[in-house]
Amino acid sequence: MTNYIGKSVKRVEDKRFITGQGNYTDDIKIPNMVHAYIVRSPYAHAHVKNIDTAEALKVPGVVSILTGADIPEAIAGVPCGWQVDFKNGDTMKEPPHPLLVRGTVRHVGDGVAVVMAETKAIAKDAADLIDVDYDVLDAVADPKKAAEPGAPQVHPDCPGNLCFDWELGNPKEEVAAALASAHHVTELDFVNQRVVPNAMETRGVVAQYDTAYDKYTIWTSTQNPHLIRLLMCAFVLGIPEHKVRVVGPDVGGGFGSKIFHYAEEALLVWASKHIGRPIKWTCDRSEAFMTDAHGRDHNSNAKMGFDKDGKIVALQATTFANLGAYLSTFAPAVPTYLHGTLMQGLYTTPKVNVDVKAMFTHTNAVDAYRGAGRPEATYLLERLLDLAALEMDMDPAELRLKNFIPAFDGVEQPGYQTQVALQYDSGNYEPVLKRALEMVGYENFRKDQAAALSTNKILGIGFSTYIEACGIAPSAVVGALGARAGLFESAQVRVQPTGKVSVYTGSHSHGQGHETTFAQIVADKMGIALEDVEIIHGDSDSVAFGMGTYGSRSLAVGGSAIVKSIEKVLDKGAKVAAHLLEASVDDLDYAEGKWTVKGTDKSVSFGDVSLTAYVPHNYPEGLEPGLDFSSFYDPANFTYPFGAHIAIVEIDKETGATKLLRFIAVDDVGNVINPMIVDGQIHGGLAQGIGQAMHEGALYDDTGQLINGSYMDYCMPRADDFPSFEIDRTVTPCPHNPLGVKGAGEAGCIGSTPAVVNAVVDALWKAGYKVKDIPMPMTPERVWTAMQG
Amino acid sequence: MKNKISVNVNGKQYEGEVEGRELLVNFLREHLSLTGTHIGCDTSSCGACTIHLNGHAVKSCTVLAVQADGAEVTTVEGLATNGELHPIQEGFKEEHGLQCGFCTPGMMMTAVDLLKSNANPTEHEIRDALEGNFCRCTGYHNIVKSIQYAAKKMNGATA
Repeated sequence: MTNYIGKSVKRVEDKRFITGQGNYTDDIKIPNMVHAYIVRSPYAHAHVKNIDTAEALKVPGVVSILTGADIPEAIAGVPCGWQVDFKNGDTMKEPPHPLLVRGTVRHVGDGVAVVMAETKAIAKDAADLIDVDYDVLDAVADPKKAAEPGAPQVHPDCPGNLCFDWELGNPKEEVAAALASAHHVTELDFVNQRVVPNAMETRGVVAQYDTAYDKYTIWTSTQNPHLIRLLMCAFVLGIPEHKVRVVGPDVGGGFGSKIFHYAEEALLVWASKHIGRPIKWTCDRSEAFMTDAHGRDHNSNAKMGFDKDGKIVALQATTFANLGAYLSTFAPAVPTYLHGTLMQGLYTTPKVNVDVKAMFTHTNAVDAYRGAGRPEATYLLERLLDLAALEMDMDPAELRLKNFIPAFDGVEQPGYQTQVALQYDSGNYEPVLKRALEMVGYENFRKDQAAALSTNKILGIGFSTYIEACGIAPSAVVGALGARAGLFESAQVRVQPTGKVSVYTGSHSHGQGHETTFAQIVADKMGIALEDVEIIHGDSDSVAFGMGTYGSRSLAVGGSAIVKSIEKVLDKGAKVAAHLLEASVDDLDYAEGKWTVKGTDKSVSFGDVSLTAYVPHNYPEGLEPGLDFSSFYDPANFTYPFGAHIAIVEIDKETGATKLLRFIAVDDVGNVINPMIVDGQIHGGLAQGIGQAMHEGALYDDTGQLINGSYMDYCMPRADDFPSFEIDRTVTPCPHNPLGVKGAGEAGCIGSTPAVVNAVVDALWKAGYKVKDIPMPMTPERVWTAMQG
Repeated sequence: MKNKISVNVNGKQYEGEVEGRELLVNFLREHLSLTGTHIGCDTSSCGACTIHLNGHAVKSCTVLAVQADGAEVTTVEGLATNGELHPIQEGFKEEHGLQCGFCTPGMMMTAVDLLKSNANPTEHEIRDALEGNFCRCTGYHNIVKSIQYAAKKMNGATA
C-alpha cells in the first residue's frame, strides 16, 4: 500500500507560487487599513531624553504616532520561552523587553515610536520629522568584552552583563586530568561569527480588531501561529486567547528567525484596537538586519585530548555566547541544551565538559538560526578533529573512523548514552563517511593535491561528520531543561462524507513542502488518492493547536501526530465496515482504500464507510456518527540524524581567493517520505552553512553600530558561489516514531560549515603554512593574510 | 504632485496616477494588486521584484512608475498563457526549483530573459545570470536544473 511514501511526488503547493498567487503577509489588504513604520534607534545605547512628534503629526495622512509612554504599563513586554538558571541555582536574569523603549535604547534598531498613516510613504515621511533627543552612552557588542570588569552595562540589574552561566558533562577536574595525561592536546580559540538569517520575505504583520465580535485577527510571517497567540495573549497583552486569531499565511522562509514572538506583533494588535483601524507593518530589509533575531555569535576556547592511537580521551569546551540586548523566545536554550548536549558528536569521548557564559550586549537579539546551537557544537568538534589530524600527522578520515560510536539500531541494541545528557536513538556512522570518501575519490584527490603544490592554485579537503538532535522534543524532558512550553504536535484528520480528507496540522510550512509530504503519508496510510487529501495549516482558528515548525520537527512530531489520527479514523472505520459487511472487525483487512473480509471478495470502500458515518441510517449500535479524529503526539525522544560532509577547495596563492570546487554530503535522516524534498532541504542547508564559512557575517563595531546591515554590505551567497552539490544518503530509521523519520531541515547547515574551513586549513597546511584557524567568513584577504605568516 | 501614466501589463492597458517618486513595483503591487512581484530588499540587490519591461528583465524597485509610462510590462502573472504554464514555470515545479516561493517570480523572470538571449546556457552561464537574484531556500542547485529543464523544453518546442 505504499504508492506515495518514498516517491519524489511533485509539490502540490507549487502551482500558486509559480503563478504569482502566493499570499504572503504583505499581499494582504484590508479596507480602511493604515500602514505602520517604526522609528528605530540609530544608537546601540542611549537614554531617550525627549521624543518630539509635533511636526510629524502635521503631515497630511498621518493617523497616529505612539511611543513607549503611550503603551499602558500593564503591557509587560515580550517574554522569553526558556529559562536556564545559573550553576548555583540562581534564576536566569530576564530583563524587560518593552514593545517600544521606555527611556533607554539597548541596540541599534530598538523601537522608539510607531507612525501610522494612510500609506507607508507618508508614514516614512512623517517618521523623518520625529525628533528624538538621545543621550548617547558607551556600548559593548562583543560577548567576551561584555564580561570584562568595567564593561558598559546593558541592564542595570544584570551585573557583569551575565544572563546565566551553565555547565554540563563530567566534572571539570576529571576532564582537566584526562587532558593533562593525554598524548596530544589540540587547542583552538575561535569565533563562530554572528550571521543574519535573511529569509527572502521580510517579517510583516497585519492586525485587525473587529468590534462586532470583540476579536483580533493577526496575519504574521511566522513559523508557529499558536505559540505566538499563547505568548502574546497570556504574557504580553492579557487578551483572552479565544479572542485572538493568528494566521501564518504563505511565509517566505524562516530559518528560525520567524519562530519567535516579536514586539511588532503585540504592538500592532494592541494598536489596532487603540486607533480603531487595521494596520499593516512590513519590515524593510535594512530594518530586518537590525531586528530579525540573529544566529551563532560564540567566542570559544576548546581543547581535545588524544591517546597515542588517536582515540579521543577528553574534551573541554568553554564558550561566551552573545544573547544580544534582550532575550528572544528560545535564546537561552540555543547555547546550552541545543549546543552543550551535542558535544560528544559521533565519538566515544569518555570525558566531556561544556562551560557556557550567556552574555547580554548592546546588539540585536541572538536566537535559533537553522541548526541553532548544533552547528556551533559541530563546528567546535569538527574543527578540532581535522586540526588534530594535521598536528598528529594522521588521516582525518581515519581519525574519525577510530573514534566513531559503534552501530546501534535502538531496537536490538539500546540507544547510546552520552556524557552530556542525551541518549542517541539509533546510529550507524561508518557508512556515511565511507560513502562520502568513495564519492570524492579520496586517494585520487590526495594525488591531485600533491601535484597542485607546484602551482599557484593549491587544493584542500575538509571533513565534517556530525550528529544533531532534532524532532524537538519530549515535553517532560524539555520542561526539566527549562522550556516553558510542551513540544508535542497536534493533528486532526477530518474525513468528509464523500471520503475526501482534510488534515489540520499544527506544523507550519514556509517552504518545507508539508502540503505534499503530509498528503503523501495520509494518502498512503488510508489507501486513497493524493488529490483527495488537503493539508491545512497556519491558522489558529481552524487548527486545534500547534507548536509550529523548527528544529527539524515537522515530520517526526507533526507527521507522527497525523499517523496517530489516521489510526483512529481507520479503527472507527473498521467498526462501520464490519457492520456493513456483517462481519467481525477482527476478520477484516484494510488495503487500497477498502475493508475486505479475509479470504473472501466481500469488501466495502473507504468512501462508502465515510458516507455511512455521516448518514448513519444503517449503523452500529452505540457508535457515534462522524469520522473525524484529533491526536496530540509527544515524542519519546529527540531524533538524531547524522552525516558526513566533505569540501574541496582551491586557493589562489597570489590573492587568497578561495573557490569551492566540490561539496559532497552523505546524510542519514532516517526514513524518507519524499526524496526530492529532502534533497532540496539538504541543498538549502548546505548553502547556508557554506555561506557562513565563506561569505556571511554581521559586523558590529565597538560602539555597537551594525556596519553591514544591508544587501550592499552583507555578503549573501549567490548562485555563482556554489558548485552543484553531490549528495547521497544512508537510512537508519528512527526507532521511536511511527514513520521512522528523523528530520532533514537543518542537517546541511550543521555539517557543512566546518568542512569548508577545514578544507582551507588543509590546503594551507599541506602547502607549508601551518595555520590553525582562518576566521569566518574566509574572505580572500583573510586567507591571503594567513599565508603571509 | 500626481502623474498620469498608462502601462500595458500582461497584455492589458492600465491607467494610473502615481507620485513622481513611486516605484514601478509599488504601482504593480498596490495600484494593480499584482502581488506576485515581491519586494525582498531596499537596495536593488535581491531580484525578487524582477519583471520584464519592454521585453527585458529589470528590477522593478529600480524603475520609477513614471518611467514605465507607455511601456509593456510582463509580470509572473503574465507568464502562463491560457492556463498553460510557461516552460520555466513547469521547470521550477518539475525540478523542485522553489521552496518558500518568495524569490521564485523574480528568478523565473530573470531566467526567461536569459533564455531569450542564450537558448542553451551552460551551468556556469546560468549561475552567472542569476547573480542578481537571491534565494535562501534552495542553495540554487535545483534552480539551475529548473532553467536547464526549461531550456531543453523550449529548444525542443522550436526544433
